Amino acid sequence: MSDITASHTLADTLRTVAQMEGHGEENGNLFTELLHHVYDSHELELPFVGHIELPRFEPIHLGNLTLDLSITKHVVFLWLSAVIVLLVTTVAARMNRKQTVPTGLGNLVEVFILYIRDEVVIPNMGPDGVRYLPYLLTTFFFILIMNLAGLVPYGSTATGNVSVTGGLALIAFIMIQYAAIRSQGLGHYLKHLTGGVHWSLWLIMIPIEILGLFTKPFALMIRLFANMTGGHIVIVALIGLIFIFKSYVITPIPIAFVLGINLLELFVAFLQAYIFTMLTSLFMGLGMQAAHEEGERHGY
Amino acid sequence: MLEVNPGLVIWTIVTFILLVIVLRKIAWKPLLEALNRREEHVRSSLERAEHAKQEAERILEENRKQLARAEAESQRILNEGRTLAEKLKAEIMDKANQQSRKVIEQAKLEIERDKDAALSELRGEVVHLAIMAAEKILDETLDENKHRKLIDGYLKSLPKN
Repeated sequence: MSDITASHTLADTLRTVAQMEGHGEENGNLFTELLHHVYDSHELELPFVGHIELPRFEPIHLGNLTLDLSITKHVVFLWLSAVIVLLVTTVAARMNRKQTVPTGLGNLVEVFILYIRDEVVIPNMGPDGVRYLPYLLTTFFFILIMNLAGLVPYGSTATGNVSVTGGLALIAFIMIQYAAIRSQGLGHYLKHLTGGVHWSLWLIMIPIEILGLFTKPFALMIRLFANMTGGHIVIVALIGLIFIFKSYVITPIPIAFVLGINLLELFVAFLQAYIFTMLTSLFMGLGMQAAHEEGERHGY
Repeated sequence: MLEVNPGLVIWTIVTFILLVIVLRKIAWKPLLEALNRREEHVRSSLERAEHAKQEAERILEENRKQLARAEAESQRILNEGRTLAEKLKAEIMDKANQQSRKVIEQAKLEIERDKDAALSELRGEVVHLAIMAAEKILDETLDENKHRKLIDGYLKSLPKN
């Protein structure tokens, strides 16, 4: 769960405090309780309606892997974001098809498309990169909307969950390898894994290179997750200050800070969507460039 | 917080792949097409404008050249006319001068001739008158021939005019 407009969190926190007093619990539990806003859960909070229990499915067992495909809160926001992206871009597409000079939403969407095409994809991947533009554009808009969804009252940031960023990073990993193999050929791609060193060093080099393939998407996963979660935790901590001091007199101070952090989060939502897209494009571009730079030592 | 829920990973991947497939068809393709079409339109418009500008410049240059040529031509004609007039004037003046000189010359000659004639006539008359006067005074004491010789000799000793 997550974010956390001040009023929403306050209501929740007050409930938590009431519970705490009832059970005579310690102050430390306040934070664990508040942090649950950042976690995934099986219930959805809606304005006026209250809590809605989401459907739980029986976990599927595949060998020793347990798959729980229940529709959790983050799955709901994943889908909600997908639908918003779909609506916004479809409307923009319809608008831009009709008018020669784009206005309003069509123009807004086009600004991002143009930036990603001309400042991210073409400089990093060359003109061939336009082929991967649909993938990268989807990545950008999907992550952006998921990030922003957490800033809305009752909203939740799906990208503040490692499983979601992990899924996105897994796709990025596949796309990076696909782009490299497609432009270099499989033989060349495998040769690249030897790092271009003497064969006697291959035993050391190949595991390092293979590890290197995984570190890039792994970094993508952790970066997005940590950035989207961090801001929320800071907000939780600042709101928590009110209850630590047990006085509403200091309320304006944490609220002012929370406002600042919220504005920062708004910026970070855009920044992280851009960084994820930019780095994916850069890693794909490195694999594609290696095809042109014969004999040159490994790009990364 | 860091535990991975495989179900959520699967949902993410499925959602994302579906989103890519759908968006590619109904959003990115028309959006990118519209973008490319507009860029093409802008490029061709600029090219056309550049073309038109060049054309206009060419025509302007041509006009300027033509104007310069016409000016030079008119200057030439004017100069030609002027020199022609100058020449004509000189010729006419020359001719007139010559004419007038000739007329003056002729007039002079005529005057000279008339003067000579008048003088010789006057001389004859004077001789005659003198003889007559002398005859009257001397009353035939001398013959006419002797007198004439005498007076002629005297007249000859006089300055010419």
